[in-house]
Amino acid sequence: MDVSALDLSRLQFGMTAMYHFLFVPLTLGLSFMLAIMESVYVMTGKTIWRDMTKFWGILFGINFAMGVCTGVPLEFQFGTNWAYYSQYVGDIFGSLLAIEGLMAFFLEATFIGLFFFGWNKLSKIGHLIVTWLVAFGSNFSALWILVANGWMQNPVGSKFNPDTMRMELTSFYDVLFNPVAQAKFVHTVSAGYVTGAMFVLSISAYYLLRKKHVEFAKRSMTVAASFGLAAALSVVVLGDESGYTVSQGQRMKLAAMEAMWETHEAPAGLAIFGIPDQENMKTDYEVMIPWVLGIIATRTFDQKVPGIKDLLVETQQRIKTGIQAYEALQQVRADSTNAEARRILNENSKDLGYALLLKRFTDDVENASDELIEKAALSTVPNVTILFWSFRLMVAMGLFMIGLFAVAFYLCSRHRAHNNKTFLRFAIVSLPLPWLAIECGWLLAEHGRQPWTIDQILPTFLSGSSITSGQVWTTLIAFISFYTILLIVDIILMKKYIKMGPKKALS
Amino acid sequence: MLDYELLRLIWWALLGILLIGFAVLDGFDLGVAGLLPFVSKTDVERRIVLNTVGPVWEGNQVWLILGGGAIFAAWPALYAVSFSGFYLAIFLALFAIIIRPVGFKFRSKMPNPQWRNFWDNALFVGGIVPALIFGVAFGNLFLGVPFHFNEELRSFYTGGFFELLTPFPLLCGVLAILMMLLQGSTFLALKTEKKIQQRSVAYGQVISLLTALLFTLCGVWLWSSIEGYAIISEINTAGPSNPVIKEVSRQTGTWMTWHQIHPMTYAVPALGIFMAFMTALLLRTRCHTCAFLSSSLTTFSIIATAGLSLFPFLLPSSTHPSHSLTVWDASSSQMTLFVMLIATLIFLPIVLVYTAWVYRVLRGKVTEKTIKKETNAY
Repeated sequence: MDVSALDLSRLQFGMTAMYHFLFVPLTLGLSFMLAIMESVYVMTGKTIWRDMTKFWGILFGINFAMGVCTGVPLEFQFGTNWAYYSQYVGDIFGSLLAIEGLMAFFLEATFIGLFFFGWNKLSKIGHLIVTWLVAFGSNFSALWILVANGWMQNPVGSKFNPDTMRMELTSFYDVLFNPVAQAKFVHTVSAGYVTGAMFVLSISAYYLLRKKHVEFAKRSMTVAASFGLAAALSVVVLGDESGYTVSQGQRMKLAAMEAMWETHEAPAGLAIFGIPDQENMKTDYEVMIPWVLGIIATRTFDQKVPGIKDLLVETQQRIKTGIQAYEALQQVRADSTNAEARRILNENSKDLGYALLLKRFTDDVENASDELIEKAALSTVPNVTILFWSFRLMVAMGLFMIGLFAVAFYLCSRHRAHNNKTFLRFAIVSLPLPWLAIECGWLLAEHGRQPWTIDQILPTFLSGSSITSGQVWTTLIAFISFYTILLIVDIILMKKYIKMGPKKALS
Repeated sequence: MLDYELLRLIWWALLGILLIGFAVLDGFDLGVAGLLPFVSKTDVERRIVLNTVGPVWEGNQVWLILGGGAIFAAWPALYAVSFSGFYLAIFLALFAIIIRPVGFKFRSKMPNPQWRNFWDNALFVGGIVPALIFGVAFGNLFLGVPFHFNEELRSFYTGGFFELLTPFPLLCGVLAILMMLLQGSTFLALKTEKKIQQRSVAYGQVISLLTALLFTLCGVWLWSSIEGYAIISEINTAGPSNPVIKEVSRQTGTWMTWHQIHPMTYAVPALGIFMAFMTALLLRTRCHTCAFLSSSLTTFSIIATAGLSLFPFLLPSSTHPSHSLTVWDASSSQMTLFVMLIATLIFLPIVLVYTAWVYRVLRGKVTEKTIKKETNAY
């Protein structure tokens, strides 16, 4: 395979996924906030709440179109750029994407039209139900996507089948109730709610600072402050759950994001600063808080969190067992009735992926030297600096947002938010924070999964399609230009409607 | 759990149903966009045309996404080989498709005529190009596509983009465009009035006759001079999904075997031609709902004919015929097919019910008055 086509495919997928994820969190959060606002309208009958639903709905609509149009290329890219991945794990992964379409995407996409066009055609209650269905649809959609992603991080409920040369489903229940997937789902949708809340908070603050649409903005801000505070708190609690599940499965990811080269005495400390040096396997200028990591990761005081160096020793052992599985697989392929080889393969198939790591360095996997095994083991350490810092930035921004929403909530409940200029300015400049935090989180989760596409099963460098780098260059450049134009248009339109304000926009 | 053979057959049929769902529902969206420059001249007319599909195109587009998802889930090998093999063509279709959401949403948000013209053109391209590409891709299935597997079942596509554009597939591409335009024109006849409706009816009649003609032409061509594929080794219909352990031969006329064994199946293409003529007639007699249904049946019959002729092949290989993907050796595991079937049986009826409800709420003509009343109109 052409290596650079693979690298370009990675770049393309990473870019288009991160781009898509600029719009999804806002959809997740704003859809629920629209449903809340409209519920207040239906319960109180005050038309200002209907106007709020309609105005934020216009911005929601622009964002939703961007989300839809950038989501489709992600599904298609598994086939176009990651053909071997699709062939190898489509049995499990593909079914999750299909169910997402069937159960969730249909729901949101069908009702979004009625949300906009149904105001005069439906009863109050009827329209309210439509709005809630859009919100549930988009959140169900996130559920299935994160079950699929959770399976990439922690591939449960499946087994390698030598007759079809791929992974096959053994328990749908295990895949669906994968603890990693569940933790990821709640963490991610909460982050989406924070994004929606910040969006409404900042724009309302902008109106209040200019003393425009004051009644409208005050109410919107109260909704944003309370919804945002609850969401920001749950992001942290559920992020902790996410950390705990990572420590159970992806121990290398945990050690890498902590730049923890050695295994420390239990309970391990948490580094809040440091400059990781991957080559020499040490961290310079490290500042540690004792105990914290051990307690978060193991929820005990006496269990150790393994460091990178110890994990590497373990990995070498798994590569060796993997080679046995690989040998057995070759025998089964030569003679499919060889029961002994099937037994060996079956016993060691969970390490088969580790043998595949060697293919990066040699075609002769069965006779790999100890030196190559060591090299292959080393290739399982992701980029420590990226993980270390993306994690810390994400947490810092998360904590700041909790503080901001807490202040907002306090001021709103005292009816003082609208004339506290310092707070309003803070609220405006904080607008990009949820997006930055989310992209850091995405980088941590997905870059931290490297060098695997399916953790411990399928290495990334084997997952691609047999395509040329010229082909990928063509589509990559097309994506970059197309997406840049779209982003500009999106921002122009958003600004136009925000400037116009609710009165003009709704007349 | 159900029998593996039966599950494979069910998923073959379900794949067909999803493709037909896409062609019928998203088909009229694409067709309306394709007809945009011909049936509407002024800005108000254009807005009326766009607003006929405005509230429903998002839901309709999910049929495409679900179709892709179903191929990925039920026929992963087909997904891997076709999407990576047709790389540039797929992306071309993709860009054309994803320009529509923003086109609809952005077009009328600025009053500038150049801005609106730009998006009208973009929507036209977004309507025509996907139909053309899907048709060309379908046409290539009959000819076979140059690909093979290595021993790890990694697929290699050895052709290029322009090799896909030979006469027969191109003819299929034009047929696909006509099908979508037929859906679009009958839908517009149903949803609009006065000038736009008159133009749609006029175009619709011509398009339906052309559809019948091209469909017949494709059939004759297929029968007379295209080499089909046939499995000549023993078939284990419940065997493991490994597409490299059978033998396949090529012969002219083989694509008609199925029809020859079961002459009843000739009814399907016959229905397609009949319904295309009926659509023209019904448009003439101003029965617009019937015309739309009749056009949808035409679409159904044409796609069903293609599927039946190819059976049991999904994607034949022209360079390594024995590596061709078939219903019996390119599916997911028995358990996945079963789980997916359960999910489909639960959710597809629900989807159909609420989709029908949405169309009921939105019934009625789209006119200048209705779009002026609606603040959210496109």
